[in-house]
Amino acid sequence: MTQPVSPPRDSADKMPSANEPPAWRALVFRADVRTLSLLGVLAVLILIGGVTKPDEFLDTRNLQLVLTQASVIGVVTVGMTFVITSGGIDLSVGAIVALASVWATTVATQEYGFAGILFTAVLVGVGCGLVNGLLIAYGGMVPFIATLAMLASARGLALQITDGQTQIVSVSSILDLGERDAYVLGVPPLVMVFAVVTIIGWLVLNRTTFGRRTVAVGGNAEAARLAGIDVRRQRLYLYLLSGLCCGIAAFLLIILSGSGQNTNGNLYELDAIAAAIIGGTLLSGGRGTITGSVLGVLIFTTITNIFALNNLQSDVQQIAKGAIIVAAVLVQRRTASTT
Amino acid sequence: MPEPTDFTSRFTSRRGLLLGSAAVSAGALLTGCTSNDSKEDEQAASNQPAADDQPGKEVTIGFAGPQADHGWLNAINDNAKNRAKKYSDVTLEITEGSNDTAAQIGQIETLINKKVDVLVVLPADGKALTQVGLKAMRAGIPVINLDRIFNTPQAYRCWIGGDNYGMGLNAGHYIGEKLKGKSGARVIELAGIDNLELTRQRTQGFDDALKNYPNIRKVARQAAEFTVESGQAKMAQLLQAQSNFDALWNHDDDQGVGAMRAIEQAGRDDFLMVGGAGALSAFQAIKQDNGVLKATVLYPPTMAASAIDLARALGQAKGIGGMAEYEIPASITLYSAVVDKTNVDQYMSTGFK
Repeated sequence: MTQPVSPPRDSADKMPSANEPPAWRALVFRADVRTLSLLGVLAVLILIGGVTKPDEFLDTRNLQLVLTQASVIGVVTVGMTFVITSGGIDLSVGAIVALASVWATTVATQEYGFAGILFTAVLVGVGCGLVNGLLIAYGGMVPFIATLAMLASARGLALQITDGQTQIVSVSSILDLGERDAYVLGVPPLVMVFAVVTIIGWLVLNRTTFGRRTVAVGGNAEAARLAGIDVRRQRLYLYLLSGLCCGIAAFLLIILSGSGQNTNGNLYELDAIAAAIIGGTLLSGGRGTITGSVLGVLIFTTITNIFALNNLQSDVQQIAKGAIIVAAVLVQRRTASTT
Repeated sequence: MPEPTDFTSRFTSRRGLLLGSAAVSAGALLTGCTSNDSKEDEQAASNQPAADDQPGKEVTIGFAGPQADHGWLNAINDNAKNRAKKYSDVTLEITEGSNDTAAQIGQIETLINKKVDVLVVLPADGKALTQVGLKAMRAGIPVINLDRIFNTPQAYRCWIGGDNYGMGLNAGHYIGEKLKGKSGARVIELAGIDNLELTRQRTQGFDDALKNYPNIRKVARQAAEFTVESGQAKMAQLLQAQSNFDALWNHDDDQGVGAMRAIEQAGRDDFLMVGGAGALSAFQAIKQDNGVLKATVLYPPTMAASAIDLARALGQAKGIGGMAEYEIPASITLYSAVVDKTNVDQYMSTGFK
């Protein structure tokens, strides 16, 4: 110890002291290397966007656009992260979003206005989640199969309700929420919902017994059971949670698109799983990160945005998207193993 | 006009050209008659019984289509059903729609075994269902191939369908005429699913039409997925990418619902928009004329009703009215009419939800 008042870095490195916990250091440590590498990927993307399309990309309206487009799939991904962390999978998220969005926009539902649409979307989401949860937790079905069955039947039911038609929303209080006039201090309402869901999701996963139980069930269900956790009830709650997120996402999608269609939520299951995995959540369970998932979603949305702004066609977009997924995962692996 | 270069002459001659060529090819193929003597034709026509609304011989028509998972296909089914109901002499055997090739083949084989008089088939995948079309034809059941075409003309007696290239062409010409005289005009395109051939045909037609207008440049093109959600997402990006442009062609009115939502959300109204297909919501917006949507190019679902007409005429061994032919043409390509404020009322009832 050479200096009487040592900088926090030195004290932490050489002599960890209980009296003087360096707060910034703890923060950096907690934000694990995976998250940092994701931020790096996002920074590179922002650099590419800024260089190729400086005027269009580095623009408040574009930031609003990217965040708005990320909101719907983002909310779904938060729910998915919980399910994957517990060692499960939910393939039915896209279908639940579709079913909730069409059920909430039928002529009959629209008569009940804003509250009717919101209530129906959330209730349908939770209802589907309940069925998933009961089948998996108490029916002993493998999550892959149970949610695959839900995918098929929810899509079928959505088609039956709409008869293949596009249900246009005429409730103005819903439509207004998607307009620029509804932005508060420049923040679109959809983005606010996304932010709130993310924060609650983060708190629940990292700061509550529920979160710790979720991780425990995913790490080793048998050990969790022996430790006194009601594994089955925990699983039921997790699929309920995923369904709830789908219901909220469906409501956001109704605001965004001003309609309900049975094709809504197409391939959301893959997008949400990809975002969660890229974010650092283990597909085998036992580890999950909401921050990582949200960064994963933002990375995908930013890629789409940059491609569209540069007028690249869908073939190039798909190839590049695949390459970036592989690159992001490889970069993460490397940074994780060298530190 | 020996060299039609301007838009109007090409535009107006197209219908005649199509009907003419269909009639000529049908005549050449089926009767081997190459006579150009109009007097003889007229006599032939007057002797030929054309199908009309009067009840005739009982005809059982088998109808097999894909799953009606979007508005247009739903309208196809409705058009077929309602048309069949109109005729007291027609019995319609309609199968449960399926997008699964194997399932659709099975359904059509069932209809063949039931010995329906005529088959109307809108295949989920034209190429994949060619064999079963051939099988029906060999069994002596004439097949009306609706829209998605079989691999070989041997698999159908008559093909009737829409004109994707013509949609793009007419949309391009409409926009070209509207922007005439505007130098440095900028146009963008919101396409449908990119790996479908019909999307490429629509884009090709659009590009070909724009070549006639040197003052217009297509500055951007993005592909959506025929869904409201994808239309909103892609249009929002396009609007951010292009801070000023003069016209937009959107391939599909369903995704157009989302596209118009994005335009509204961005608060833009500085361009004209042309849609595609002919949805009711698009017709209504055109009629109200208070937004960017000024026209839409048809891909008419009424083709299913026409297919029922053709099937009935075939079953009763009659020709179709208004033509000098003994036989029904081998191929009928529908015209992709432009519907704007001036003629929207006429088409309102054909709009699909």
